[in-house]
Amino acid sequence: MKVLAAMSGGVDSAVAAARAVDAGYEVTGVHLALSRNPQTYRSGARGCCTIEDARDARRAADVIGIPFYVWDLAERFHTEVVDDFVAEYAAGRTPNPCLRCNEKIKFAAVLDKAVALGFDAVVTGHHARLGADRRLRRSVDPAKDQSYVLAVLSRRQLDRAIFPLGGSTKAHVRAEAADRGLAVADKPDSHDICFVADGDTPGFLAGRLGAEPGPIVDADSGEVLGAHAGAYRFTVGQRRGLRLDRPAPDGRRRYVLSITPVSNTVTVGPAEALAVSTVSGERPVWTDSARPPAGPVECEVQLRAHGDPVPAVVSLSGGGLTARLRRPVRGVAPGQAVVAYRPDPGGDIVLGSATISAAKPAGW
Amino acid sequence: MAYLDHAATTPMLPEALDAYVQVARELGNASSLHAPGRCARRRVEEARERIAAALGARPSEVVFTGGGTESDNLAVKGIFWARRAADPARTLVVASEVEHHAVHDAVGWLVEHEGARVTWLPVDGSGRVQVDAVRAVCQADGDQIALVTAMWANNEVGTVQPVSELAEIAASHRVPLHTDAIQAVGQVPVDFSASGVAALSVTGHKLGGPVGVGALLMGREVDCTPLLHGGGQERDVRSGTLDVPGVVAFSVAVEMAAKGQPEHAARLAALRDELVARVRAAVPNAVYNGDPEHRLPGNAHFSFPGCEGDALLLLLDAQGIACSTGSACSAGVAQPSHVLLAMGASEPAARSSLRFTLGHTSTRAEIEALAAALPAAVERARRAGPRA
Ligand SMILES: Cc1ncc(COP(=O)(O)O)c(C=O)c1O
Repeated sequence: MKVLAAMSGGVDSAVAAARAVDAGYEVTGVHLALSRNPQTYRSGARGCCTIEDARDARRAADVIGIPFYVWDLAERFHTEVVDDFVAEYAAGRTPNPCLRCNEKIKFAAVLDKAVALGFDAVVTGHHARLGADRRLRRSVDPAKDQSYVLAVLSRRQLDRAIFPLGGSTKAHVRAEAADRGLAVADKPDSHDICFVADGDTPGFLAGRLGAEPGPIVDADSGEVLGAHAGAYRFTVGQRRGLRLDRPAPDGRRRYVLSITPVSNTVTVGPAEALAVSTVSGERPVWTDSARPPAGPVECEVQLRAHGDPVPAVVSLSGGGLTARLRRPVRGVAPGQAVVAYRPDPGGDIVLGSATISAAKPAGW
Repeated sequence: MAYLDHAATTPMLPEALDAYVQVARELGNASSLHAPGRCARRRVEEARERIAAALGARPSEVVFTGGGTESDNLAVKGIFWARRAADPARTLVVASEVEHHAVHDAVGWLVEHEGARVTWLPVDGSGRVQVDAVRAVCQADGDQIALVTAMWANNEVGTVQPVSELAEIAASHRVPLHTDAIQAVGQVPVDFSASGVAALSVTGHKLGGPVGVGALLMGREVDCTPLLHGGGQERDVRSGTLDVPGVVAFSVAVEMAAKGQPEHAARLAALRDELVARVRAAVPNAVYNGDPEHRLPGNAHFSFPGCEGDALLLLLDAQGIACSTGSACSAGVAQPSHVLLAMGASEPAARSSLRFTLGHTSTRAEIEALAAALPAAVERARRAGPRA
């Protein structure tokens, strides 16, 4: 079987490619060049997409002994991920660009090209399990689990994906990289968003969306408590950076409850007003069964990357997904994914996912 | 393996390799005054004479360098600096649009950092510099020109330029012309003094010598400011302890390449014509780029409509066939070739290209292997589409 290993220049994808070789696949390494101008994406060891990373990936491919190429996906990445990221914030939502990159780039643009060129699958260094039963499960390393950002993948995409690292902890992967003589063994993990060079997301958005001053309004009293320079600077659940001109009438802390782009209003309220118990999602993907379930499914849902799973009942109807939470959760941001899992001793199984469109408070 | 990328680098000739190994055993810095030093210097000077004789230059006109890139940079920057120093009005560089990056980017650097101006010489659809354009710029701005640089033969599409004609025009305006003859030596006749150029770049690894050794042939009357300062080993224009075995092996390769040029060219041209015929038969809509007549005998360059050159390269590589898209990478990302764009190709056409180049080890079997692998690769690459 011929497989294409996406190699970011980091330790995970290098070990994944090496394991794919050991597993008997005919492996070709590809580094995805995602920046229109490689210097502008984060430099140094932390990021992806830099010239340095391309070189690290090439060096790893040489050590493993596989052919290596660079594919230029800068334009696709820009329209599908970066522009989408900005547009989502402008629409008052909080997107997850890694998830979008998996959905639109790694397992779409890259996978489609790979298949057309005669490859059978794409290998990545994601920490998630995809075993013989072809079910997507959490990694054995809960701190590194990336099943959440893979849960958008359709059955068709998963059937052509290989994740060799899901059964290993990150520490194990690093040790193995050192054993294999891969120089990236102790390269620091990437964090944050690769295309936000300095990690300053509000600054990045301000550069693209400009200043858009508007009011910060208290949900309880309806009073204007302050002003903001752009609603895109806020995420539901956020407390820091509100810089209210005056305290709320009840004197208690305020959190962002919602963002209304039409009136450019940020609505704030007390912590308990953040609690939601019903989450609606759009563009659902269901991979647990060939057809979406007819009735409600008892499961757990995760509502943000690295969020705790919450018991819930999920149902699909009318092209949407609804999750009724067994206990209220605070700070659910539209634009993030709701991912349904079935707890399993062999690794919690991803059932499906959707993009959160609305969250209703407890008591509805 | 079918190695169809001799323009990137070609295997060392056995004679050059033997010379290298033999001299590498010897001790001596060619600048030292003692016996081992004298021995090394003798080797170097013999090599210089060999190269001069092979390329129609005087020994004193041979400046050894660390390869083609250095020769090009030394010629472009060094002559620019020296000419401008002598006459501050001379800040114009005239360069063809199809130069190798070693020239192209050196010119760009002068524009960005040294206040140079540039007139890019256009080429026609087959990649030939238009002689009238050179005449026009020399007539209009002759007293402002620092130098003209136009390559002898293009590394991507193999087009051979009318270098003597260009040099004559430049000389009649008392303007020095530099030519990058790195791809030309051994494939077409190259005679430095007969060509009338002021400076000529050549490198070892494109003609059967080692990598990292080259020369700039430069007339004694040409002023050139050094890039590398130090011991002044080479005519005070280039410093650095000479790589004696490299220089000797390089000279052996140059001598063989020049002496054997007619037979070598005839053999390559016959193989190349067969390659072209086989590719056309295998992929009827393949477009043969470049100049059919003024062309390096070892070069075949095609566009494959609807395919990405990168994808074809990957697929052929997987079948053991080594070729090139011919264009340079920026941060590992293939850029559409500035040469093809200058020839009037669209960006998709430029990105759909592959270069096959032959050399002294090329065989018919390699061409057969290409013809066998190409149809399936083209079909696959077409399915993958022009852009991911
Ligand atoms: C036309 C031309 N000029 C310059 C160079 C650079 O020569 P070198 O590799 O010796 O630095 C090359 C080879 O890549 C070439 O083909």
